[in-house]
Amino acid sequence: MSDSTRRQFFRGTGLAAGTLAGLGLDLKPARAAAATLKIQGTTEVASVCPYCAVGCGQIVSVREVAQAGRTRKEIVNIEGNPDSPISGGTLCPKGSATFQLAVNPARLTRVKYRAPGATEWQEKPLDWAMDRIATLMKETRDTHFRETWLGKDLEGKPVTKTVNHCTRIASLGGATMDNEWNYVHLKMFRSLGLIWLENQARI
Amino acid sequence: MPGLGTSLGRGGATTAQQDLQHADAILIMGSNMAECHPVGFRFVMQAKLRGARILHADPRFTRTSAMADTYAPLRAGTDIVFLGGLIRYILEEKRYFHDYVVNYTNAASLITADYRDTEDLDGLFSGFDPATRKYDSESWRYDSEPRREPTNQPKPAQDDSQSFSARAGQLTGPVRTDPSLENPLCVFQILRKHYSRYTPEMVERVCGTPRETFLKVAETLCNASGPDRTAAICYAVGWTQHTTGVQTIRASTIVQLLLGNIGRPGGGIMALRGHASIQGSTDIPTLYNLLPGYLNCPSALKTHETVNDYLRTEVSATGYWVNMPRFLVSLLKAWYGDQSTRENGWGYHWLPKIVGDHSHMPMFIAMDEGQIDGFMAMGQNPAVGGQNAGYQRRAMAKLKWLVVKDLYETETATFWKDSPEVQSGELKPEAIPTEVFLLPAAASAEMDGTYTNTQRLLQWHERASDPPGDARSDIWFTYHLGARLKKLYAESNLARDLPIRAMTWDYLAPEENEGWAVADEPSARLILKEMNGYFVADGKPVTGFAELKDDGSTACGAWIYSGVYAPTEKEPDGHNFAANRGPVVDWVGLNWGFAWPANRRVLYNRASADPAGDPWPKEARLARQFGHGARGYVYWDEKSKTWTGLDVPDFPPKKPPSAKGDPDGIGLDFHDGKSPFLMKADGKGWLFAPSGAADGPLPAHYEPYESPVRNPVYPQVQSNPAAKVWNVPGNEYAPVGSPDYPCVLSTYRLTEHHLSGSMSRWLPWLSSLQPELFVEISPEHAGQIRAKNLDWLEISTPRATIRAKALVTRRIRPFTIDGQVVHHVGMPWHWGYKGVVTGDVVNDLSSLVGDPNVAIHEAKAFVCRVAVAAPRNV
Repeated sequence: MSDSTRRQFFRGTGLAAGTLAGLGLDLKPARAAAATLKIQGTTEVASVCPYCAVGCGQIVSVREVAQAGRTRKEIVNIEGNPDSPISGGTLCPKGSATFQLAVNPARLTRVKYRAPGATEWQEKPLDWAMDRIATLMKETRDTHFRETWLGKDLEGKPVTKTVNHCTRIASLGGATMDNEWNYVHLKMFRSLGLIWLENQARI
Repeated sequence: MPGLGTSLGRGGATTAQQDLQHADAILIMGSNMAECHPVGFRFVMQAKLRGARILHADPRFTRTSAMADTYAPLRAGTDIVFLGGLIRYILEEKRYFHDYVVNYTNAASLITADYRDTEDLDGLFSGFDPATRKYDSESWRYDSEPRREPTNQPKPAQDDSQSFSARAGQLTGPVRTDPSLENPLCVFQILRKHYSRYTPEMVERVCGTPRETFLKVAETLCNASGPDRTAAICYAVGWTQHTTGVQTIRASTIVQLLLGNIGRPGGGIMALRGHASIQGSTDIPTLYNLLPGYLNCPSALKTHETVNDYLRTEVSATGYWVNMPRFLVSLLKAWYGDQSTRENGWGYHWLPKIVGDHSHMPMFIAMDEGQIDGFMAMGQNPAVGGQNAGYQRRAMAKLKWLVVKDLYETETATFWKDSPEVQSGELKPEAIPTEVFLLPAAASAEMDGTYTNTQRLLQWHERASDPPGDARSDIWFTYHLGARLKKLYAESNLARDLPIRAMTWDYLAPEENEGWAVADEPSARLILKEMNGYFVADGKPVTGFAELKDDGSTACGAWIYSGVYAPTEKEPDGHNFAANRGPVVDWVGLNWGFAWPANRRVLYNRASADPAGDPWPKEARLARQFGHGARGYVYWDEKSKTWTGLDVPDFPPKKPPSAKGDPDGIGLDFHDGKSPFLMKADGKGWLFAPSGAADGPLPAHYEPYESPVRNPVYPQVQSNPAAKVWNVPGNEYAPVGSPDYPCVLSTYRLTEHHLSGSMSRWLPWLSSLQPELFVEISPEHAGQIRAKNLDWLEISTPRATIRAKALVTRRIRPFTIDGQVVHHVGMPWHWGYKGVVTGDVVNDLSSLVGDPNVAIHEAKAFVCRVAVAAPRNV
């Protein structure tokens, strides 16, 4: 069933359901049929809700679709995982909307770039942006790296300390992201000698 | 997290959400759990169905209050008075759990005679230096016998760090005790004296909570605690976001330790966190002052010159932290591989040293002063979420370059284009020199990885689909940026560039990408394996942190997560325990995900058995009902001479309850068989904190930095004397009792939105459920300012004025404090200038001011003025 016909089908059942409800008919079979169709032919992938820290279990249903000579997995539904001992299949309004967080026409799909003083965005290739960011990081680090810093010893006398750091680059974020990202990001930041490293977890 | 860490040893919730169902009472405070953690709230409701009493103390009457048996209103920022009142009630009415308190806490420990309490010094503790606004904790130390074996430990570093090690305490020898609890220098008597003024009358006077309501809460909580009952406490950012945030959480640990509720099923303290992996991002800290697993980041302000200096300063001779050298050396091996050798101190000198407070708020002050050139905002949106957000947007206009990575075009990414400052003409895009990169991010369903939830539980989520277009996973961005930097530095022989060359960066497993569009996606599995740790010789994963060594033979990126990728018989190269999905046979659920440390679900669970190792009556009853033949939750089995039970024992498995502590022993040998808090130097739960808190050994009430009233508890000390204050242009504060700003404002969250809205205001479904910003005010307050429901109101602070629609509701009530009427205002803070629905930025109103321990801001209690708005020309 193509996208448009599926939508037409649901719209149709919705209308029919409204009519039938007035007649006091049993709607369970119709509802079951609609639910089956939505995730028919899909595979289920285990996931976790990305919103708050309750950690509700989610099931992502994906369907394989042919696209440009290869198959692509398309997310068709995200719902609660009934097996989860935390959530037992339930989700709050945010968790229930996770599908729209991922499948949304407003999502960014290309790099946007704003040159100094510009009033509008430009679209740029990903590789170009990655190279440019790496170059800027190196330039800033190399210009401002310091091996030593004038501090005080335990008696309060001035003393030169080895610090091996650069204070001109900062980073914010991490609490909404995976442990694996936090790990590689902090490993890279520390190895570059960067110390302005923060996320939302200042509690 | 230091609130929990200082008292108990680890900065994480002590229990699991599912365990709340077995509580006999639950006190929810500093949290609107029903609306902010609705699915976790199911377990509160299940407890209620089983007969538990639900108590809610909060400035607002919320859906949580509606579900509670008792709702106690209290003025924002007075939680320590309420909790101090509970502590006093427990002590004076003799409702504490005597056997638990004497054996498992430091109640009997003696404090040095040098200590002076707030009762002696008009609201200050001994050791305060007004010039630096800092305490020296020297006089708060234990009165301990000299250690017979001299050690070469330098004086423990005093700082405001979050590290567990700094908070474990360092003992010179066994602590003198008085098990009768009568010595005036023992912690128990110090506690009695300190909380003597926190009477029900004082609670009513300061918090505005009716005396009878307070006593009902106290009585209910005490009735639900003891050998045969347990009560739990749940809190969220309503407690943390104060200049006294850490001490508020400390106060709750004192309540729970006195009642004997820590380490037991149905008890504990549930820290309700608001981001999917905020616990994880503290464990694996993208935080300036920490290294993975709560090791301190090396600092130029301490004796941290060499790896040996660092270890001598940080390692505690007694308690579990004696193992720290293994964790640090294994971390350096994981990061620098072959280049990390005994000869070069394992590469320790490559780690940069911090030179002060480099947290969020000082970061933006430095930015505003032009001291930061480049800034990366990944999954965080300070243009809306930051405090004094207008200040933060203006600061970003001074950057040379900015990288934002997110799912949608956030306010932070477009501050140069769409911010209120640009709209008003204050900032001109042409004059903003910042080069901005906005990178499209993958959604969680489009990548592999783990989140650590609010109960320390790591859960793996799997890549289900390719991200659209040029969107990439977060680890893709960082991995490929790191690979480019390694290439740029490949030829450099400068000493300062060596760590980049030495850094291990081998995370590609091409076979995992077969059939996917992104062929160079790094492997989250390989990163998880590095965090778990492995043997350097053959690359095989370790089974847990007990296998780690300090001789360079093991590598481990995050010792507390060790075990998450342990080998099994079927999978000798490592099994991903975070991906475990059952079967779940009981409420403990050991087969679902992986909880740090070592898959323990209830921390300090040695305390779920009595001093002799037998289950307390409550645990015995629960085990009979749900335990499949277990005798208790965790208990000593005399036959096998091991600790056993429903959970993974949080105790040396073979150490009998009767074991005596060895006064000359190091590590856990120093502890006796009745010391459940094994991270602490003395093995006891800390009612009194001899070290580890920057603002006092006991929680004391200080008013919020901005307050409409003088501090009624300590008239000589208005606000936290050690609070972090930033007197910089653009961050003006309202004076105490300012007639211009007479109302108390708390910000809060709604069920339908998330944080700054960057994950919710772009979704039509959620935007239509909560389309518009509003301000909740009481009918009395509305009458006073002549406002009607749905009127546009103007809310002002010294930092900003914003507009919102009035929601006049009885959910908000005025408080009478010391005879003065104080109006309270509540505002959700999810709106900004991008997205499907937009609105003014509430955080423009708040200030940059911080708790001295962790530099958390004070968004839950500051002052404002509310007035009916003039019509706006649109």
